[in-house]
Amino acid sequence: MAILIIAEHNNQSLKSETLKVVQAATAIGGDITVLVAGFNSAAAATEAAAIAGVTKVLHADNAAYEHQLAENIAALVTELGKDYSHILAAATTTGKNFLPRVAAMLDVAQISDVIAIESADTFVRPIYAGNAIATVKSADAIKVLTVRPAAFGEAQTGNNAPVETLTAVHDAGISSFVAQELTKSERPELTAARVVISGGRGMQNGENFALLNGIADKLGAAIGASRAAVDAGFVPNDMQVGQTGKIVAPELYIAVGISGAIQHLAGMKDSKVIVAINKDAEAPIFQIADYGLVADLFTVLPELEQQL
Amino acid sequence: MKILVPVKRVIDYNVKVRVTADQSGVDLANVKMALNPFCEIAVEEAVRLKEAGSATEIVVVSIGTTAVQEQLRTALALGADRALHIETDQNLDSLQVAKLLAKVVADEQPGLVILGKQAIDSDNNQTGQMLAALTGMGQGTFASKVQLADGKVQVTREIDGGLQTVELSLPAVVSTDLRLNEPRYASLPNIMKAKKKPLDVKAADSFGVSLSSNVTVLKVVPPATRQGGVKVESVAELVDKLKHEAKVI
Repeated sequence: MAILIIAEHNNQSLKSETLKVVQAATAIGGDITVLVAGFNSAAAATEAAAIAGVTKVLHADNAAYEHQLAENIAALVTELGKDYSHILAAATTTGKNFLPRVAAMLDVAQISDVIAIESADTFVRPIYAGNAIATVKSADAIKVLTVRPAAFGEAQTGNNAPVETLTAVHDAGISSFVAQELTKSERPELTAARVVISGGRGMQNGENFALLNGIADKLGAAIGASRAAVDAGFVPNDMQVGQTGKIVAPELYIAVGISGAIQHLAGMKDSKVIVAINKDAEAPIFQIADYGLVADLFTVLPELEQQL
Repeated sequence: MKILVPVKRVIDYNVKVRVTADQSGVDLANVKMALNPFCEIAVEEAVRLKEAGSATEIVVVSIGTTAVQEQLRTALALGADRALHIETDQNLDSLQVAKLLAKVVADEQPGLVILGKQAIDSDNNQTGQMLAALTGMGQGTFASKVQLADGKVQVTREIDGGLQTVELSLPAVVSTDLRLNEPRYASLPNIMKAKKKPLDVKAADSFGVSLSSNVTVLKVVPPATRQGGVKVESVAELVDKLKHEAKVI
């Protein structure tokens, strides 16, 4: 078995999702090669070489890969991927973007959002927004998988795998990067945070999300939101937790003013401890919360911040 | 310019999903079905581009049994001009769907393909990317804004860290995210008019595409249920429980 993992990084550093994909790959078993494709991304390649269990790092450094354009990354991965039994990437917006393109070019299926590895050809994944869990078996020569990071732990570090530089450049020439607006935050990333506090429609407006700041600071938490809060324009899209937003599984998830639509539950119900604060005692969120507090969030939040 | 919009018939998003007793899948008997929400957004975007004068014709296509004609009529009522039903009673995976759509692209030569980023049943999020690969087109996935100009399309994409804008040569594939637009409701006159719009039917096996997949579903089970917990009376009690019982803070 030979596994190729496409690293998730921002050119300067590796994202924690990559460590989780390596952890998933060790459950398959076999040599693990990590591809770091980027631009001025030597630091990320060095970090990848330090992950325990990694046999080799392939480093493709070219302007064509700087912004992870699917057309260029997929061409590179397709060429390399022919020699592997498994190709894995994180089920992030980056992995979801380029990996199906790779699978189609290799004429194999992709298995999306894998949450458990049963064997080298059998995988578990949620369907219907997590309301059903499917076990699927692939007879394809190359198994192409996106792995849900929240379902796996992080691989250890402390390795020194060899880094091989790739010189071939794949620039499909049909797409180009124009701009990006990344949300700047001092807080941990939603998908990596130990504690997440999320606000919903009950927050009433964007300004009121500031009420979550003090609590997040005290708990070292990331701040999330329900789809209703994002659709209403309270907060940007990258804060959305749910079926089509980010999937999180922190130690502690605090849902504030969130009713608990299926769509939202799909993104957070694997959290270890769930707290719900909502003034509607009938809100569905209470059916899955470990601790529910039926109260007005505008009274509770300042009190909670003070008592932490 | 012609816009092709592939759409899927799925379980209505309000329906509670039940796994069948034999663990073969999800019970769809007598369940309300609907146009996949992301596909509805794709149809709406195509209609808006036509209304803005950027497109001349909107063709919708769906794959499945005769039942999918209901969703094609919905798309026609929302403003699509004509429909193609690719008939099969097989359940296809994304790769087989993408291969059939690639044949439709070759026939129809659209300037733009707009489709939903994922169907809410299989949650695959693959078809658009696979279609782009098979046809050699660029892809603008998870779109929250689409702008056409000078033979190119600029797509603003919802990514994990925020927003990214890419520019693609046409023809291109765009997959829709939730905030691209708010789909309109079909008016009664438009629903009546849709019944008279052209709807062609072609057999899936007439496309010369292998419809079999190498992936088999071994079983489908309900997710592990979470036990509802306790209600606390005050913030002080909540903080105490989190510290001493759950030990997470």
